[in-house]
Amino acid sequence: MTRPSHIEAPAIRVRGLCVGFGEKIILDNLDLDLRRGEVMGFVGGSGTGKSVLTRAILGLVRPRDGLIEVFGEDLSTLPREQYRAMERRWGVLFQHGALFSGLNVLQNIQVPMREYLNLSQSLMDELAMLKIRMVGLPPDAAEKYPSQLSGGMIKRAALARALALDPEIVFLDEPTSGLDPIGAAEFDQLISTLQKTLGLTVFMVTHDLDSLYSVCDRVAALADRKVVAEGTMEDILRSPHPWVRSYFHGERGRRREAAQRAGEHS
Amino acid sequence: MQTAPAFTSERQAEALQLTLTGAWTIEASAALESAAQALLAEGQGARAVIFDLNSIERIDTAGAWLIDRSRDALNRSGIDARYGAARPEFALLLEEAQFRPVTTSKQKPQNLFVSILADVGETMVGAGRSMWSGVAFLGEVIASIIRAFTHPARFRGTSVVAHVETFAFRGLPIIALINFLVGCIVAQQSIFQLQKFGAATFAVDLIGILTLRELAVLLTSIMVAGRSGSAITAELGSMKMREEIDALRVMGLDPIDVLVVPRIIALLISLPLLTFMADMSAIFGGLLVAWTYGGISPDVFFSRLQDAIGMNTFLVGMIKAPFMALVIGMIAAMEGLATQGSAESLGRQVTSSVVKSIFMVIVVDGVFAMFFAAIRY
Repeated sequence: MTRPSHIEAPAIRVRGLCVGFGEKIILDNLDLDLRRGEVMGFVGGSGTGKSVLTRAILGLVRPRDGLIEVFGEDLSTLPREQYRAMERRWGVLFQHGALFSGLNVLQNIQVPMREYLNLSQSLMDELAMLKIRMVGLPPDAAEKYPSQLSGGMIKRAALARALALDPEIVFLDEPTSGLDPIGAAEFDQLISTLQKTLGLTVFMVTHDLDSLYSVCDRVAALADRKVVAEGTMEDILRSPHPWVRSYFHGERGRRREAAQRAGEHS
Repeated sequence: MQTAPAFTSERQAEALQLTLTGAWTIEASAALESAAQALLAEGQGARAVIFDLNSIERIDTAGAWLIDRSRDALNRSGIDARYGAARPEFALLLEEAQFRPVTTSKQKPQNLFVSILADVGETMVGAGRSMWSGVAFLGEVIASIIRAFTHPARFRGTSVVAHVETFAFRGLPIIALINFLVGCIVAQQSIFQLQKFGAATFAVDLIGILTLRELAVLLTSIMVAGRSGSAITAELGSMKMREEIDALRVMGLDPIDVLVVPRIIALLISLPLLTFMADMSAIFGGLLVAWTYGGISPDVFFSRLQDAIGMNTFLVGMIKAPFMALVIGMIAAMEGLATQGSAESLGRQVTSSVVKSIFMVIVVDGVFAMFFAAIRY
């Protein structure tokens, strides 16, 4: 491992999380563990609060109750300075990229470097170009503005920005949505490579069954305002919960499962 | 928290062995960069260099990149630089972050004189184009308004009423207040100055003519340009950014019909109404100050006012209001629809919308002043 392993606390530990807006309760008494160095896929129906959970962990939504620990530190009691240091240890890929529209791709990637580090401009250029290469963008994309990029390129550029400071945890909010199957497969491959080389811990909200089968070490399913199934793909497939069953054993799920079996036998 | 990136060098039979220690991560920031420089300096002059990475605590892409860059630089100066046995995950990382020369296209600085000339030319061409597109846009809007009259079923009445509410009704308090205060100030200053000649009652003439002919409509137009013009530009601009305008177009709806015309008609209705309210509150402010400062009672004030102004004084202000509304609405809509994809561009368009419409309002006012003087109205 390239990461220190002296603290064995999980990367993220969520206990009894309750989040609601007004009368509406989105998450109720939710528990979740994200182990270090694993890729966790997080599934759930539309509007069940997958993004809300991510936003609660990132501190963008204030929970009503519950505990959120990142690397063993309770975020709600962390002093401001340490919280800022913690924020440097994670990178986020938002669903729609959230690239700064007034900056080109190279400058977007350099924003966190400029804010937090004291590097020469030439090294920042080199590192940003390295990230651009790592996420599979062509070099001439560096000078382009977000409005000139296609949807897939925006995702890649946003991933490059999320990786700018070599974070330990990466949050991916539907990274393959809106990509064509080839692009999505490449993206999965990319995440898997990065996870191996950088020792990343990845929290991936996704609807993509292919991603779940191919890159995720473990999967958690959100339904009825809590995590109803958590474990490896086999564990999830054995789950009795009706939503999980209809999700993974529906028409598309069955086809994917069959493909997986065929792949394993050949 | 973690040790700084460092290395020790050891001269062996054939090669110089550089043993890297500490954390070669981007967190070290400037220290990482200088360690890489030192690495390169140390390697110079040796015949062969071996990088031993086994004692590194942590490494990330930035560290791997810098180490590989140093190795590449040594190789190119004719030194055989290699890696010693590295742990597999390091090897994977070095592979991923392998050094390749980076070419960033830097624009070379132009001659200052040439670039100033180019700027001037570009601005002139831009001004000509925006004049041209302004005329074209005016034509489109007028055609669309005529269509609205010939096909009343397609006219968007609800939208117009909703916009009149935000432009006129919600804007009334602030516009009435501003004009009230300006009426007070004009009254106070004219009473002070005219008292020297013993002609304090002429202050009423001044208040009546100045506010009705010029000030009320001007201040109202400037407020509307800042308040509603900017809102129109921002609305249309963000709709353009989010492809909502394109969505309307592919549904066979003309954005001019759906978005621009209702707003311009709402402004055409709102601005005269607001101007009338501005007239009234300015005169009311003048009346209060004339009473308290100049001792001019309301009876005297009104009889002087009736002598001083005629219907034409009032109409001069009111006639200008719809023209001001058209200027503000046109500029706001054009600037909004010219927004490009970035947030920065939206900010630029809103600024330019407000600046242009206030400027044009004052120009139009000046043109009307000359016109009314020429026809002695």
